[in-house]
Amino acid sequence: MAMIELRQLSKAYGAVTALSNLDLSVPEACLYGLLGPNGAGKTTTLRILATLLAPDSGSVVVDGVDALQHPREVRRLLGYVAQEVAIDKILSGRELLQLQGDLYHLKRSDRDHRIDDLIDRLGMEAWIDRRCGTYSGGMRRRLDLAAGLLHRPRLLVLDEPTVGLDIESRSAIWQLLNQLVEAGTSVLLSSHYLEEIEVLADRMAIIDAGMVIAEGTPADLKQRLGGDRVTLRVREFSDAQEAARVRSVLEPIEGVREVVINRAQGFSLNLVIEGESVIGRLRDSLEGAGLPVFALAQSRPSLDDVYLQATGRTLMDAELAIAGQRDLKQEKRQSMR
Amino acid sequence: MPPPAQAPGALAELTQETLALTRRLFLQLIRRPSTLVAGVLQPLIWLILFGALFANAPEGLLPGGMSYGRFLGAGVIVFTAFSAALNAGLPVMFDREFGFLNRLLVAPLRSRSSIVLSSVIYITALSLVQSLAIMMTASLLGYGWPGAAGLVLVMVTLLLLVFAVTALSLGLAFALPGHIELIAVIFVANLPLLFASTALAPLSFMPPWLGWLAALNPLTFAIEPIRAAYSGPLDLSAVLLEAPYGNLTGETCLLILLVLTIGLFLLIRPLLNRKLS
Repeated sequence: MAMIELRQLSKAYGAVTALSNLDLSVPEACLYGLLGPNGAGKTTTLRILATLLAPDSGSVVVDGVDALQHPREVRRLLGYVAQEVAIDKILSGRELLQLQGDLYHLKRSDRDHRIDDLIDRLGMEAWIDRRCGTYSGGMRRRLDLAAGLLHRPRLLVLDEPTVGLDIESRSAIWQLLNQLVEAGTSVLLSSHYLEEIEVLADRMAIIDAGMVIAEGTPADLKQRLGGDRVTLRVREFSDAQEAARVRSVLEPIEGVREVVINRAQGFSLNLVIEGESVIGRLRDSLEGAGLPVFALAQSRPSLDDVYLQATGRTLMDAELAIAGQRDLKQEKRQSMR
Repeated sequence: MPPPAQAPGALAELTQETLALTRRLFLQLIRRPSTLVAGVLQPLIWLILFGALFANAPEGLLPGGMSYGRFLGAGVIVFTAFSAALNAGLPVMFDREFGFLNRLLVAPLRSRSSIVLSSVIYITALSLVQSLAIMMTASLLGYGWPGAAGLVLVMVTLLLLVFAVTALSLGLAFALPGHIELIAVIFVANLPLLFASTALAPLSFMPPWLGWLAALNPLTFAIEPIRAAYSGPLDLSAVLLEAPYGNLTGETCLLILLVLTIGLFLLIRPLLNRKLS
């Protein structure tokens, strides 16, 4: 059975569509990544899962429980770490965790024992009894992660858990997430860092404009693109004429696709090859034409390529396009009760 | 507010979450005591300065030949509790604005009434402590002290007023868009309600239009029973206020406060339900 089943989820804020018939299925004991630019609908999806927001239509089932019918049960089995960490500056980290434990009705002895355990695992001993107001971004995020884990949820939902964090905090969080999944917890995290999804996720979905547009394991998604990316030069700085000649030699070779002349890179050639053997054939053909290879770089397709293929633009372009359209004031009002 | 749950341990869970939320409010108060200090200091200054202002007023000017200091005492006690309760919505508003409320709403609270309940417990305790501090100061200034029965009457009256005003403030905290607006409303409501009551002067001193306002002002219904508790043997059936629309006994005053409290809680209930669901 899947840990999360989202069916035909739609949500609009006024005239702005955040989600449009989104379907998502997250298996149990899996670290699942949601990749997409800011404004793609990631946060809205996670807020609906956390029962903070009701969808306009669609169904939400978490661990077999209908979240719209039985929100309290879902709250019990889910830990939610929001993007904007809300902490009480006047309380110490330990007091905040104690409050959190009481809100989940833990027994006092259990509660304090678990708090000590999490302080240890997240490396918080040195500052946990200081007031939260003095914490850095990384400390806050670790504290918030501890708060989300205190009741030992079967599902942990994290909204961009490492955005803007120092390396130490980030690796502490990554390590803990891996341990959790090994111990059987399901983790759903959103990110707009390709690297984070690449390193962490067992499975992933790409979200764009409120829809899932690609889904699978990161390796699968890259495999589906097929072929390695090759950049090739016959001279350090070539010219248009020579590049065109090289292309005419390359194009007929079997297993070579999408040959593009890259003017910005000194008329180098970008192409996709099917299989390793193509490289040898390619070198021979060019040699035969009197255009021996000067430099050749080969790479596996990256998640950025996957994203480009799925949406027709790079993740960075998508972020830039969306940055101008968002109404942050409106979003803040939406998140306020 | 959601219906009370019947599951086993419901009461224990409700107690646990309410106490934890109340504890947080008190920790905030202890670590940032300026609210507490200002809440005692302001009425204290009223008591001392205003008391001195009319210290030489002719004898027998006030009903029953009361000294002005003693007359003012009841008004300032009520004003203290009222001001404190009026601020009840501020912590809730900040939690809304900073997203801390979302943390509470993600948790499987037995009932979200515990969020409201913890505010009521906190602000009641705070305003009673502040009022007691003022009562003790007034007593040191020679403005008297109610007897044991009188003290009970003072506490009951203050409780009713505090509940009503807390309900109002919590309602505003969920209805208004931000803390700036809430503070503005508190600021505007505070002093006019004090002046248009019998806190500083009896009804007989006022022009008819102000007398009407004062006789409709809920603060007046709290001030008069407390003033009575200070001025001798307790008789709740005695006429305490000769309002333009008729005579009010102590019992009537308390009854009006009770109805007001219940009415306000019923009034804000749909709003809280909507905001916390």
